[in-house]
Amino acid sequence: MAEIRLDLAHAYHPNPQRDEDYALLPLKMTFRDGGAYALLGPSGCGKTTMLNIISGLLQPSQGHVWFDNEDVTQASPQKRNIAQVFQFPVIYDTMTVAENLGFPLKNRKVPKDQITKRVGEIAEMLEMSHQLDMRAAGLSADQKQKISLGRGLVRPDVSAVLFDEPLTVIDPHLKWQLRRKLKQIHHELKLTLIYVTHDQVEALTFADEVVVMTRGKAVQVGTAEALFERPAHTFVGHFIGSPGMNFLPIQINGEICSVHGHLVTIPDSVKLPEHATKIGIRPEYLRVSPTEQPGTLNAGVTQVQDVGTYILVTCQVDQTPVRIRLSPQSQRPEPGDEVYLHLIDSHTCFYQDEELV
Amino acid sequence: MNPTDKPSNQKAWLLILPVLICVAFSAILPLMTVINYSVQDIISPTRRVFVGTEWFAMVMRDSELHEALGRQIFFSLSVLAVQIPLGVALALCMPASGWKASATLVLVALSLLIPWNVVGTIWQIFGRTDIGLLGHTLQQMGVDYSYTGNPSHAWITVLVMDVWHWTPLVALLAYAGLRSIPDAYYQAARIDGASKFAVFRYIQLPKMRGVLMIAVLLRFMDSFMIYTEPFVLTGGGPGNSTTFLSQYLTQKAVGQFDLGPAAAFSLIYFLIILLFCFVLYNWMQNVGKSQQQG
Repeated sequence: MAEIRLDLAHAYHPNPQRDEDYALLPLKMTFRDGGAYALLGPSGCGKTTMLNIISGLLQPSQGHVWFDNEDVTQASPQKRNIAQVFQFPVIYDTMTVAENLGFPLKNRKVPKDQITKRVGEIAEMLEMSHQLDMRAAGLSADQKQKISLGRGLVRPDVSAVLFDEPLTVIDPHLKWQLRRKLKQIHHELKLTLIYVTHDQVEALTFADEVVVMTRGKAVQVGTAEALFERPAHTFVGHFIGSPGMNFLPIQINGEICSVHGHLVTIPDSVKLPEHATKIGIRPEYLRVSPTEQPGTLNAGVTQVQDVGTYILVTCQVDQTPVRIRLSPQSQRPEPGDEVYLHLIDSHTCFYQDEELV
Repeated sequence: MNPTDKPSNQKAWLLILPVLICVAFSAILPLMTVINYSVQDIISPTRRVFVGTEWFAMVMRDSELHEALGRQIFFSLSVLAVQIPLGVALALCMPASGWKASATLVLVALSLLIPWNVVGTIWQIFGRTDIGLLGHTLQQMGVDYSYTGNPSHAWITVLVMDVWHWTPLVALLAYAGLRSIPDAYYQAARIDGASKFAVFRYIQLPKMRGVLMIAVLLRFMDSFMIYTEPFVLTGGGPGNSTTFLSQYLTQKAVGQFDLGPAAAFSLIYFLIILLFCFVLYNWMQNVGKSQQQG
């Protein structure tokens, strides 16, 4: 186990010039010993690159990686004592399930009886005890992935266990079960876990802290609550939440604030930042009135969807779509109606150059 | 859909007729001719006598044929024993990507493009002690090398020639098998701390099983039917030491014009190859299956 520190950048091609040439832009980050982290972001944002750099499968083109205070930038995965689970199941076809699970231990010359004991424990945890003597090649994809997970967890002394979207091929109901299992393992073994995913639910339920990434940049590191309440970057607002945050351009002039030329009311509790150019409001926090009130913004309803647990209302403010989540009990507007939005309250976030002010 | 609802259209037969005719003329008729010859004694174009299985009985008792068959089996097994491991080893050494990979591929495939009789001629000159690089070098090193005089030298030269000519095929097949293994396997093996040998034993070899099976079958069939190269290189000699089955057959059929025994022998030859391939194929399939199911 170790605290992992990164201070690096990576480009797959030599001589990167522009930001786009980098798979990972220069970043500094620390993963606490024993923490559960998620790297969250869309495809191609650099999360797998970061994972492979941590595990040592990839050497960063600039900068260093430290485990505790040791510089391991040039060290191999074996040296770093890292376990990693990949997106698609990797199993050794000619071995049994037990041999597959014990393979990392066998390669490290662990005594046979200890291997058997440890494999038994892991199989128990993954509910595969009855399959230990079966050939791994004949199993289904999710069983195979369970073996891959097991191989990642079988060594008790690893610095960290890295997961690269490990539940992609797994059935939804089993996904929940395995994710709970991973959390439980994390509590029991106090391992450092780093989990790559593009699924926000997966990231937010699994991790203590989530690293949101886009275009080779880590835009925010924080708890689920922080990411939801105070997105540090408009991308985080968009990406986290379902649907994502609404963004509207604003003009601030002293104590007066206007959106699309309409003056909006500012509650006393909110202090206006001077240079903000955008506001972000979660669909959950938008309040609407059916009638015009001073300081509200009028919007035309274009679509009303009943999603079961809530009603999703889409409306247009000038050309900008705004989404609102209403509780099923509330009065339901119809497409074509005009509604009036109370924009600003304590949940509203202000942005300047896409960054939270 | 109910089977009786199927539209009936007998015109389909017309469409496969060309294939039927082609196959008839290229395979069925010649085979029938051979069968026809094998049960008759053809004395002149107008006189022939039905002899039943007499030719078969005669061929089966032919001690020269037994020797040729023995040599042939030993040769084919040697070919497999050398070319398969060597081809796999070559494939493992070949670069995986970049211009070096393309260059190596072309270089390795070069010998496959040379016609059989040219290969024979190349080695005939290569092995000569007066002007050939190989023969002369060996002579200088004190080896009394002569592929025309010494039966074991001749046999080894034919084997080395075949290895030189055909190992690249095995290498290319194995290379294709290796390249189809996803990177994740190698990454997982590195994470699991697997040694180079473990990677070969548990990832590369199992994943190459399919292509290696094809390689074994191809190399077995081809080497079992080898004709041109030893014919050009040694002419089957010295003595009969490099006379393999097909050359013996040709001697019988063309040289001595013993059409009956030659035809009978052809059929036996054909059945031997079929039998060997059947056994090899099933054996390799079973190895794979038992590995998968345990």
